[in-house]
Amino acid sequence: MNDTLTKKDFKSDQEVRWCPGCGDYAILNVVQKACATIGKPKDEVVFVSGIGCSSRFPYYMDTYGFHTIHGRAPAVATGVKTANPDLSVWVVTGDGDALSIGGNHLAHILRRNLDINILLFNNEIYGLTKGQYSPTSPSGTRTKTSPMGSVDRPFNPISFALGCNATFVARTADNNLKHMSTVLEAAAAHKGTSFIEIYQNCVIFNDGAFEDVINKKVRDDRTVDLEPGQPMIYGKQGDKGLRADGFNMTRCAPEEASVWNPGARSAAAAFTMSTLDQEPAMPNPIGIFRCVEDLVFEDEVASQVSSAIASKGRGSLQDLIYAGETWKIE
Amino acid sequence: MTFTTSSGELPLELAETVVIRFAGDSGDGMQLTGNQFTTASALVGNDLATLPDYPAEIRAPAGTRAGVSGFQLAFSSKDIHTPGDAPDVLVAMNPAALAVNIKQLKPGGLVIANTGSFSQQDLLKAQCETNPLADGSLDGFRVIEIDINKRVKEALADSGLSSKDVQRCKNFYTLGLMYWLYSRPMEPTQAWLKEKFAKRPELAEANIAALKAGFNAGDIHQLFQGRYEVKPCTDLDPGTYRNIMGNPALGLGLIAGAELAGLELVLGSYPITPATTILETLAGFKNYGVTTIQLEDEIAAVCAAIGASFAGKLGMTTTSGPGLALKGEALGLALMTELPLVVVNVQRGGPSTGLPTKTEQADLNQAIFGRNGESPIPVLACATVADAFECAIEACRIAVEYMTPVILLTDGFIANGSEPWKLPRVEDLPRFEVKFHTDTENFLPYSRDDKGARPWAKPGTKGLAHRIGGLEKEHLTGNVCYDTDNHEFMVHQRRDKVMGIRDSIATPEVKGAQEGPVLVLGWGSTYGAITEACNLLKQDGTEVGQMHMRHLWPMPAGLEEIFGRFERVLVCEINMGQLAGILRSQYQHTEFVSHGRVLGMPLQSHEIASKIKSLLK
Ligand SMILES: Cc1ncc(C[n+]2csc(CCOP(=O)(O)OP(=O)(O)O)c2C)c(N)n1
Ligand code: SF4
Ligand SMILES: [Mg+2]
Repeated sequence: MNDTLTKKDFKSDQEVRWCPGCGDYAILNVVQKACATIGKPKDEVVFVSGIGCSSRFPYYMDTYGFHTIHGRAPAVATGVKTANPDLSVWVVTGDGDALSIGGNHLAHILRRNLDINILLFNNEIYGLTKGQYSPTSPSGTRTKTSPMGSVDRPFNPISFALGCNATFVARTADNNLKHMSTVLEAAAAHKGTSFIEIYQNCVIFNDGAFEDVINKKVRDDRTVDLEPGQPMIYGKQGDKGLRADGFNMTRCAPEEASVWNPGARSAAAAFTMSTLDQEPAMPNPIGIFRCVEDLVFEDEVASQVSSAIASKGRGSLQDLIYAGETWKIE
Repeated sequence: MTFTTSSGELPLELAETVVIRFAGDSGDGMQLTGNQFTTASALVGNDLATLPDYPAEIRAPAGTRAGVSGFQLAFSSKDIHTPGDAPDVLVAMNPAALAVNIKQLKPGGLVIANTGSFSQQDLLKAQCETNPLADGSLDGFRVIEIDINKRVKEALADSGLSSKDVQRCKNFYTLGLMYWLYSRPMEPTQAWLKEKFAKRPELAEANIAALKAGFNAGDIHQLFQGRYEVKPCTDLDPGTYRNIMGNPALGLGLIAGAELAGLELVLGSYPITPATTILETLAGFKNYGVTTIQLEDEIAAVCAAIGASFAGKLGMTTTSGPGLALKGEALGLALMTELPLVVVNVQRGGPSTGLPTKTEQADLNQAIFGRNGESPIPVLACATVADAFECAIEACRIAVEYMTPVILLTDGFIANGSEPWKLPRVEDLPRFEVKFHTDTENFLPYSRDDKGARPWAKPGTKGLAHRIGGLEKEHLTGNVCYDTDNHEFMVHQRRDKVMGIRDSIATPEVKGAQEGPVLVLGWGSTYGAITEACNLLKQDGTEVGQMHMRHLWPMPAGLEEIFGRFERVLVCEINMGQLAGILRSQYQHTEFVSHGRVLGMPLQSHEIASKIKSLLK
């Protein structure tokens, strides 16, 4: 830990170029602060991104950064982390980047469980290309490419990640700075791939997409924070609870609320929570859906290399070339 | 060499070069038989060259023409360069194998046919209306008929194996027979079988018994009038040799290349014929600090390699044509971010899925031009199996010295072919140790050294945190920059850097005539066929010039002068004239004639020879 680090240390000298009022600013702020708190020296931190408004993120961090190509950040990050497991690697991606063009890579990085933190800025729209519907846009979303409303059914990013057997899955929102910090710190502490969906407001092309759940006025009543080991109580007055009833969630009095356990081996309860947002009477869960330990890809890769060296000895060029059945011609 | 049985009274005839093609059903183990014969011949000290030819399906319906798997090998007491245009001997395990391969057999050649698989039903599956062994269609050949099915059954009567397992030993019976005919030692194959079936010794025993039975059959049954001997090749340079296939040779070259750069290797790959065995090879060398990652697709594979290079390892990726197409966008990223990256493309028949198991050289244009924007990437190609090792090292050198992605082209023929490899001395290998940038004073990520390469500062280095990406870079700082003058400047910088690689490569040498009517030019795996063609002409008293290009982009300096000494340049390649086209655009004063075939096979030397002759008229 390095307690001399401050948020300022993580600010690069580049001018930030998101639209005024874009939710990305708030996320940048919190991430810079969280990085200082986490305390990893900034020369050992790498931000990798794809393409999109959100993916400009690495330019604004005074760490190592790689702005790659559309959808491929998880694959590039896999190479970075496998090559040097000591680095703290973060992926920043958008809903289009991660779930449309890069859906395959996202699925596979989650399955492999590299110790990488993935921040998915979900604004339910393609921001950079000026507002086309994305794979998280609700059916019926009207955009220039869907003037009569989109007919696609959307992905739920949390369900997607859980389906990929991700070991850490969380959700937070760009207007809830304290919550975001807590989630980011928990993600950084988790050994394995941490997947965080961040509700992010695109003021220009999809303003207010999450307003009905995360607006400060309603969010206490419309969201429930999944805190490990805490009862699922919500509401401005803390007057509502959620109880697990088999695979069903029911609303209940706060005293009867079930304690949330993101560490269950089975992701079934977390999956149930991930679909609550579809039920109008239910609160929309934020916080930590899942947090379990499992084998970490880069550690396994490195241990195979070191055990091969231990058992066979470090290979030399001479051994490499002069192997197998050889013969001499005089 | 000791032989298990004496050769009896049958005469032993010396042969210089013999070309055998083993052909059978995909399930008959022909590749294995061919490889064993190859190993035995290598140990005899012959020069050799091989050409496996197998279907894309693992097991097409048994007995059909689609399911025929072949393995051709030439072995010789003299220096040879190709697996031979046409076989002298065809071993046909069934009618389909005979029907598919008989066209290529030399007139008067020897057919060894397994009559045990020539039943009416077998003929039907092979779509033979009449039995070729009886209908006179083999009149121009010598035919030896032998019921291998029955002979193996007799030989293994006491083995206790099921009749299915017994029939699986057919290929070793056949191999034994051929070992007898060409005086090969059986010991290496016996040792190999014991190792291979260490856990099932009864199978090792059965196959060895079949091998010996086949060997003895030659003697006992008087199938042949005599045996042949092919003496060790004395034309080969003195040195230590091992027999190796192209893909493993290339894989070893990649490991050596990383080692010579002082870096650890990270290979990101996705299985695709005929490139997969490079990934398989490297996966077996983890004790060299080699990391292999099998990713979810070719895009992820190249991206992971790029990420590894960013992190300070030597990132590599191996693929074939369709995979190279998928990697295109990421290659642009690698050249924009100026990171070292080695891309191996083992070409196969295209376009699309094309002919996965057949060879072709039609990805040259894709390699040189197949990306958006002005995107120069150095391209080189290996000429032979042994050259694959050297070219892999050369690709690594260019990648790290110039901070650039490099594409190394090889093809299915080199990938699966094998030849004796004269092992280089470790101290003779080039060294190009990488020095990472660590100086924090005035660090400029897009400054350049005298080669035009930018500094490589890896994450984890104190004080050098910086950002890179695919957006246009500002000269020196590497910051995102949309200024159009800067863009043009950077396009030039990237081009000049890649063209500057010229200064580090030699002008290829011209063999044979140094001037005259024709220079025969090739690249990649056509080397052997062109060399053989030139040798054929030389025997007729005609000498032409021959030149082979390893570096295809940038092209080496000095070509203009060489081309100027010849009236025409004949460019031989397994495509529709791609190199010829590029050469025409680069060297406008030379007449380039294209000889291109796309038969899924290596070029034939006699065809090249007659093409040359036609130009001499
Ligand atoms: C290969 C490729 N295809 C298409 C694009 C165009 N493109 C750039 S960003 C983008 C969508 C970005 O949406 P999202 O990931 O949600 O990011 P946001 O801008 O909303 O943060 C698209 C389609 C591209 N850059 N590259
Ligand atoms: S378009 Fe939307 S997401 Fe992009 S910067 Fe502007 S507000 Fe933010
Ligand atoms: Mg978006």
